[in-house]
Amino acid sequence: MGGLTEEDVVEAVKKTLPEGVTIGVIGPRRITARSTRSVLFKLCEHLKNQLGFEHVSCVSGVDRLDHMEVVYHISSYANQCVIEITVDIPNDNPEVDSIAPLWGGANWHEREACELFGIRFRNHPKMERLLLPSDFTYYPFRKEIKLRGR
Amino acid sequence: MWINMGPQHPMTHGLWNLRVKVDGETIVDAEPVIGYLHRGWEKLTENRVYPQIIPMSDRLCYGSSMTWSHLYCLTIENLMGVQVPERAEYIRVIVLELQRIASHLMWLAAYGTDLGLLTAFVYCMRERELFLDLLQGVTGARMTYNYPRIGGVRNDLPPDFERDCLRVLDYFEKKIDEYEEIFDGSDIFLMRTQDVGILKPSDGVNLGVTGPALRGSDVKIDLRKHDPYSVYDELDWSICTHPDCDCYARYRVRMDEMRMSCHIVREAFKKLPPGPFRVKAPRNGPRKTAFARVEDPRGEALMYVVGDGTDRPYRLKVRSPIFVIVSAVPVMLRGYKVADVPSIMGSVDMCLGETDR
Repeated sequence: MGGLTEEDVVEAVKKTLPEGVTIGVIGPRRITARSTRSVLFKLCEHLKNQLGFEHVSCVSGVDRLDHMEVVYHISSYANQCVIEITVDIPNDNPEVDSIAPLWGGANWHEREACELFGIRFRNHPKMERLLLPSDFTYYPFRKEIKLRGR
Repeated sequence: MWINMGPQHPMTHGLWNLRVKVDGETIVDAEPVIGYLHRGWEKLTENRVYPQIIPMSDRLCYGSSMTWSHLYCLTIENLMGVQVPERAEYIRVIVLELQRIASHLMWLAAYGTDLGLLTAFVYCMRERELFLDLLQGVTGARMTYNYPRIGGVRNDLPPDFERDCLRVLDYFEKKIDEYEEIFDGSDIFLMRTQDVGILKPSDGVNLGVTGPALRGSDVKIDLRKHDPYSVYDELDWSICTHPDCDCYARYRVRMDEMRMSCHIVREAFKKLPPGPFRVKAPRNGPRKTAFARVEDPRGEALMYVVGDGTDRPYRLKVRSPIFVIVSAVPVMLRGYKVADVPSIMGSVDMCLGETDR
């Protein structure tokens, strides 16, 4: 295959973005990173254009009660590895840059996270409702919406 | 002009709506509308203890429920750090590949009816029943198996399973030749699938298309090879691709994959070791996150779980392959005629249970 190793990817990211990103290898083919909101888009651009991460597997929202999280799983076919990027965003301003302009595969995942968690994605090409009816008034996957028995 | 194809339309294979914008007969834009089957699956799991979610994940896709409950168990094993016994891994590979054949057969049957080959429907469903019988012998159920467990599988293979299974595979491999005669010998089928629904490799990768749809665009990616789980890296097999990028290529890839699955099952039986098939898993998940991804018959399936130290998941996210592929459908549809919609959408192998969750 002849791609970069996990360590190469980590080194390259550390060199380009010394501020705002903590990154490390957690196992074979697995990299984990934590990024601030402001550098996320730069990090993703770097991953896509320089390091050969061409596929977005998943974008998930997580409600951590005191803040929200967006978790990106971005994988590389050439390097055969997956990077998991976690971004913390505050409850009072749940907004983050959209990565859908880079990878079309993130488009619907971000729309889903928006309607289920109320996370806003800046510069998303088409932010409309996807799964829920148009007259829905709340974000059903937030933890403040209680399930029966819990 | 916008036309609604669905939610009640023979093309849709489930409850969803495809809005197509037409200029005369030509499609200029399309917009899939989903959500009719949204049950809040991910939220529902937050109210269940870990083992209770296994039968729920079967219901994500009734066509290939084994892969989903397997993926769920794999994710929780990653979370809890459970090491699965080797025999269980081989049993999983065997049932997963039988499931893949059954799923592809159901797709082929549906594709036959979409394109007017009703004989193929009956043939494929007939052979699919053999695989369902095999899986029923192992698990006790025809479609929603509830078979994988966190830490192994529920029970060992029944006696004489290897003999029955190999007998079915020998019979089935001759039948694939028969299907190919029906499909490839039909001029109508070829006219309706060749050079229709072109998906360029670069588009496919960027839009997140995976599975047979991507391999039909000549991208040699299969997670069983590129991110091996279970014991796929110990078996001898190869990835099936096709260079044409059209509906016919996706059909070809699935036919070759059925043959390859037969081969994988045979290989797995040769190496099937004795030993335990299940270990005891802890009740509570630790306070951390984990994910796993597998090659579903339809593409890349991923689950991401957040544990909070209790016996229930704090958050479970499902990445469904069809959810992403259907978002890429407008690219495949643009420029073709309205009459091409069934052949293009049929080649995607829609499954609404996993799409809407």
